[in-house]
Amino acid sequence: MSSEVNTDFLHDKRLDAIAADLLRPVGISKGFLIWMGFLTISLMGCIYAYYIQWDKGLIVTGLRDYVSWGMYIANFIFFVATSLVGMLISSVLGLIGFKWVKPIARIAEIIAVAFAAVAGLVIVSDMGRPERLPYVFMYGRIQSPILWDVTVVTTYMVLSALLYFIPLIPDLAISKGRMGHQPKWLQATYEFLSVNWNHSSYQYKILLKAVRILLILIIPTAFAIHTVTSWLLAVTLRPGWDSSIFGPYFLTGAFVAGSAAVVIMMYFVRTNYKLDKYLTVYHFDMMGKLLVLVSIVYLYFNINEFLVPAYKLKTADAIHLHELFVGEHAMLFWSVQLLGLILPIILLLFKFFRKPFPMLVISIVVLVAAWFKRYIIVVPTQENPFLPKQFVPHAWMVYQPTVIETAITMGTILLAVIIITILFKLFPVIPIWEMAEEECSGEKDKHQE
Amino acid sequence: MSNSNKDTNNNNPQSDQNRGNSRRAFFKNFGLIGAATAAGGAAIYSGFKYEESKPNHDFVKVLTSDNRLVEVPRDSIKDIKVDVNRLQLQGREGLKGHRFVMVIDLSKCRNARKCISACQGAHHLRPYEYHINTLVMQESPNTAPYYMPKPCQHCDNPPCVAVCPVDATFKRQDGIVLIDNERCIGCRFCIAACPYSARMFHWEEPLMSVADKGKPYNIELNVPQKKGTISKCLFSSDRLREGKLPYCVSACPNGVYYFGDENQDAVTNGTTKVTHRLSELIRENGGYHLMPELGTKPRVYYLPPKNRLFEFKDVKDKTLEDQKT
Repeated sequence: MSSEVNTDFLHDKRLDAIAADLLRPVGISKGFLIWMGFLTISLMGCIYAYYIQWDKGLIVTGLRDYVSWGMYIANFIFFVATSLVGMLISSVLGLIGFKWVKPIARIAEIIAVAFAAVAGLVIVSDMGRPERLPYVFMYGRIQSPILWDVTVVTTYMVLSALLYFIPLIPDLAISKGRMGHQPKWLQATYEFLSVNWNHSSYQYKILLKAVRILLILIIPTAFAIHTVTSWLLAVTLRPGWDSSIFGPYFLTGAFVAGSAAVVIMMYFVRTNYKLDKYLTVYHFDMMGKLLVLVSIVYLYFNINEFLVPAYKLKTADAIHLHELFVGEHAMLFWSVQLLGLILPIILLLFKFFRKPFPMLVISIVVLVAAWFKRYIIVVPTQENPFLPKQFVPHAWMVYQPTVIETAITMGTILLAVIIITILFKLFPVIPIWEMAEEECSGEKDKHQE
Repeated sequence: MSNSNKDTNNNNPQSDQNRGNSRRAFFKNFGLIGAATAAGGAAIYSGFKYEESKPNHDFVKVLTSDNRLVEVPRDSIKDIKVDVNRLQLQGREGLKGHRFVMVIDLSKCRNARKCISACQGAHHLRPYEYHINTLVMQESPNTAPYYMPKPCQHCDNPPCVAVCPVDATFKRQDGIVLIDNERCIGCRFCIAACPYSARMFHWEEPLMSVADKGKPYNIELNVPQKKGTISKCLFSSDRLREGKLPYCVSACPNGVYYFGDENQDAVTNGTTKVTHRLSELIRENGGYHLMPELGTKPRVYYLPPKNRLFEFKDVKDKTLEDQKT
């Protein structure tokens, strides 16, 4: 982000065109209502599943004393992981000065806000006594990594929300008077949220300063949320979790999942909102290169995580790795590693596969694999404790997720999609003022088509 | 009075004189009323006292805890109210001056599982809900198999306590690790952290949740058990408070368990009731800890399964369903 805003764009005719383009998808359309209706009804079903769990207890899940963390915790790690991309795109790439992230940054922040917000709910779905959640604040013990996680996830969510909202303010002000066809309440919301923005260069100066501070603050916070989340597993003594590289291993994996999520959203915005002028083939190409980069780094940590213990084969590690490589979980393990990591790396090296549609397909595979990767990290370790599992019902020996559990997990994903839909549909998803400023100050990236 | 009251209500700055008068009158009246009330109250109170002190000839025979039959007036009988706060306080503090230890002699165990049923009976657990479980162990293919009772190890460096976010599970001064199911939020981080798989979770309504409803919660017995919370071996700290041996220790027919106090260097065998020197027992029999390399510093010692008293009979399928048939 440049250090100064040239406010000339406000009087440029090109602003009108850009604003018209980017405000076109905004509003309550029929499609939006149908989609939201579908999401809401599906969510109701999932909430009913949660009601059953609330009533009967966690017995309705496949969790038992040996595998006591399953789908919910895997899902929680997935949510935290995906939300990290907000930091990667806006902060790391933005601060370095890559111009191509400008139209993508807000999409990344929306993903960050939605996934970080729902992550908190996901963890509540795993609690045996959800009504005692306030105890974490009343009786919290600072020694417990759960306290660290609660603290940093909340901080990250607030910082991400600010990073979404503050750069949106000038857009809200620009939109005033350009959305006559919109419902009154939406216009009033814009009016209220634009906090008397009058486009003075002083305001822009403050805005840039605030955003810059947030962009810097969010880097350590984002590192902290996923490192601490990995520590929920890594601080235990169990083979498969007892690893000193879990922090960076999780962090790099998070960038893979998040980048894939951003690409999926970009494709959706480009085709559904007809914004291919703003999210060009060039942007997908760059995201493809980013995805290759983060995947290769993640591959490096995967090699470390599996090769080193596999070389030594300590008794407990050997049992765990055997289950992953050739045992019960081999199918899932190799699918995730090959389809979600190796294959994308190879394919995305070719320019053809970095075109929008191939990118979409690859990203969906990567994101699904990312979810199952967390499952593979969480579940098999618990199926092989140090001491033998004996004299319990057969169902207690292995983990088999139930329908109710799956429905509750689906519910959390639906909730994230609902938040994303609302933010996508009610506010401009590509920053108007930044696009206009770039266009008018003639700094348009050379590579852009 | 009413007249002067009106004056004060008028709040006229000119009526200083009047106001002084009214205040005097008020205090005078107030004094009279006050005196009358006090006299009346005293009369009622003394009457009440008199009634109360009248001898009551309705006696009831009561058996005291030291087995004496005594008579007490019926109206002085009071229900014992168990103070949950006191139970919590003493339960969290522990027994001063003690450091409890358990010694398990593997050469004597033949998987009678009496320890398990006694424990499950005391703590209102189902047959597959374990505070203590006996496992069939074999270190490697060519070593001899043996049975190993496995309670909570009550580690001095307990990984479960470290990770608990709300201080629901804690380490007492007498070495015992307890769980407070009034505090537990059911996150199961402690289950993940425990390398001995010593903890259980109430996935559904506990076995006796209906019968136990309304009972005061005893943290040292962890009864009533609660859905959505953790339960675990407590070294029977309720029995220790009464100076008795734990449920499992007393129930064993084969002399597997010794229980006692590290500070006194003495452990008592639950079957023979013979007391031994802890240090001697460990030294002479090659006592060891379970997985000491993990640094958990357990308070449970094992004596190796040498010169076994019983033939080892393998259990083929180790699921619970198989045990029933």
